[in-house]
Amino acid sequence: MRLSLVPRDAPLPGMAWLSPLLAVALSAVGAAALFAAMGRNPLVALDALFVEPIASLNGLAELGLKATPLVLCAVGIAIGVRANVWNIGAEGQFTVGAICGTAVALGFDATGAWWVLPAMLAAGAAGGAAWAAIPAFLRTRFNAHEILTTLMLSYVAIHLLGWLVHGPWQDPEGFNFPQTRQFRDDALLPVLVPGTRLTMSAVFALLSVPLGALLLRGTLAGYRLRVVGLAPGAARYAGFSEAGAVWFTLPLAGGLAGLAGISEVAGPIGQLQPVISPGYGYAAIIVAFLGRLDPLGILLAALLMALLYLGGEGLQMSQQLPLAVTGVIQGMLLFFLLAGDAFAGYRLRLVRTPRHVVRDA
Amino acid sequence: MPERLPDAVAVLAVLVATLRAATPLIIAGMGELVAEKSGVLNLGQEGMMLVGAAVGFIAAATTGNAAAGLLAAMAAGAAMALLFGVLTLTLTANQVATGLALTIFGTGLSALIGVNFVGTPIPGLATVLWPGLAHASPLWQQLLLLDPLVWLSLLLPPAVQWFLYRTRAGLIVRAVGESHDVAHALGYSVPRIRYLTTVFGGAMSGLAGAYLSLAYTPMWVENMVAGRGWIALALVVFSTWKPGWLALGAWLFGFITIAQFEAEAAGISVSPNLLATLPYLATIVVLVLISHDAVALRLNAPAALGKPFRPTV
Repeated sequence: MRLSLVPRDAPLPGMAWLSPLLAVALSAVGAAALFAAMGRNPLVALDALFVEPIASLNGLAELGLKATPLVLCAVGIAIGVRANVWNIGAEGQFTVGAICGTAVALGFDATGAWWVLPAMLAAGAAGGAAWAAIPAFLRTRFNAHEILTTLMLSYVAIHLLGWLVHGPWQDPEGFNFPQTRQFRDDALLPVLVPGTRLTMSAVFALLSVPLGALLLRGTLAGYRLRVVGLAPGAARYAGFSEAGAVWFTLPLAGGLAGLAGISEVAGPIGQLQPVISPGYGYAAIIVAFLGRLDPLGILLAALLMALLYLGGEGLQMSQQLPLAVTGVIQGMLLFFLLAGDAFAGYRLRLVRTPRHVVRDA
Repeated sequence: MPERLPDAVAVLAVLVATLRAATPLIIAGMGELVAEKSGVLNLGQEGMMLVGAAVGFIAAATTGNAAAGLLAAMAAGAAMALLFGVLTLTLTANQVATGLALTIFGTGLSALIGVNFVGTPIPGLATVLWPGLAHASPLWQQLLLLDPLVWLSLLLPPAVQWFLYRTRAGLIVRAVGESHDVAHALGYSVPRIRYLTTVFGGAMSGLAGAYLSLAYTPMWVENMVAGRGWIALALVVFSTWKPGWLALGAWLFGFITIAQFEAEAAGISVSPNLLATLPYLATIVVLVLISHDAVALRLNAPAALGKPFRPTV
């Protein structure tokens, strides 16, 4: 007797959306167990993780603030994965976007001209897109896989950022802190809800959802991407170019991540620092999968992930738990999701080990 | 670098430092190479190494026994790999996504369990083995820095080469990686073999992580693996799945890492931040060099790499 996975005749109906919900529920149980193991009251900790952070207007604004870069990065990642292009370097594109936008801010924000902020955003998006164009070039010209190149470029980008804020761009009046000077007000994104830190960038994120959905479902370009991802052979036969899919999805994802990067720097942070992201670019990979590679799903998943970040900070303060708890719960979430998806297509069955009998023909 | 060394010792010091920097890459890379030869692509190297580094450090710091640290790290890496195996081999989840999840999970888990050990001083592995190290002559100091794990990194490539190409078990591993359906039809249990190679890979990654936290820089810091897991993965591709080439690649990387420190010590005024990008840029260059010959890559890569095995019978 052994346990065996038997394929179902048809995938369980509704499981595509049930399995993320199940994964969230199981992760909450896992988190409770984790809290209990660390000697905290699980109910109090869960409350601090999931409820307290959004019990006020300010909390909700912070939720939107943290969900914004996740949505922007994840929409790009999801469109790529649909075409079987794995961009896991959103963190680096985010960073380069922040750097390029900052270059514009440091150069021109003293002019007070109206175009400074739009130019910063454009430079951020262009910088992120250019950074992602490098792996696109390496993949299409040299066949080097983007999983490793995008990731290596993230490390390079983060060191570049370190060099800039320790070197050429360091604020001379900043008491030797590794950071640029504060941006002037004209170079900061306007705040959406007075009294909170939620900026215009949330609008970009909200726009990226219908636009991304439209691209994937309503356009020929999106159809081609999905065919390239699902059936490369058929795509080749139909004349849909794989290189075209790489060149379309990587710079698009990079541009969105770059926009998220400059929005973070020209928003809640207000200057360039050595650390400008708590790992949004990596968490966005989880968000993309949790959201079923679908922009609307991504929006929901990003809100959940943002809640985990906020809750993690809350736990650190109220329960003296290390911030790393967030990463553990994020990882659990993705594990449960992947396992749930597997069960959608398979069921567990107890199988009697058959006796192998050789029969005469 | 310590004060002026005699030239011969200085050369030896660079050599020793290169071997030491390459050690975690070779150990983790060999584990991944064997797993990939059986068709399993585990992108969770970074996460497994981090958990290995943290668990190894904690075990060594609390028991005061370095060997216990190394064993605990291997067990932790193997346990992480087992989790990966359950998801990808039993539940046939996507290997790429699961590997990424393993890295994200391992990064968080290692930071969580290691939080109380940041800044705890422990003696390095070489000092544990040779308590008189600090008083030895410069020449002996260098030689004694070659701890057992460095020697293991020299022995592993020929051992793995022998196992894969000279033993029956190695042949089966390669068969499973080339065509799981054929191996299944021949009566081999594809999942069992892949579980074994995956867990071996995890144990090696855990050990490589513990080398970093117990010997290379004897301390625990969040995220201290710093991309070496990913570099090890890139090296497997670079080597076209050949153990000897993997070792060569790792030494090249070790040398680049050391050159970065040497340049600083020699007073070459390049920002340390810019120098720190070198290993990552080198990885990209190496990947490009090896990948541009698509035919050679396809001929050498295990044909069933990353593909889930779903038996029909």
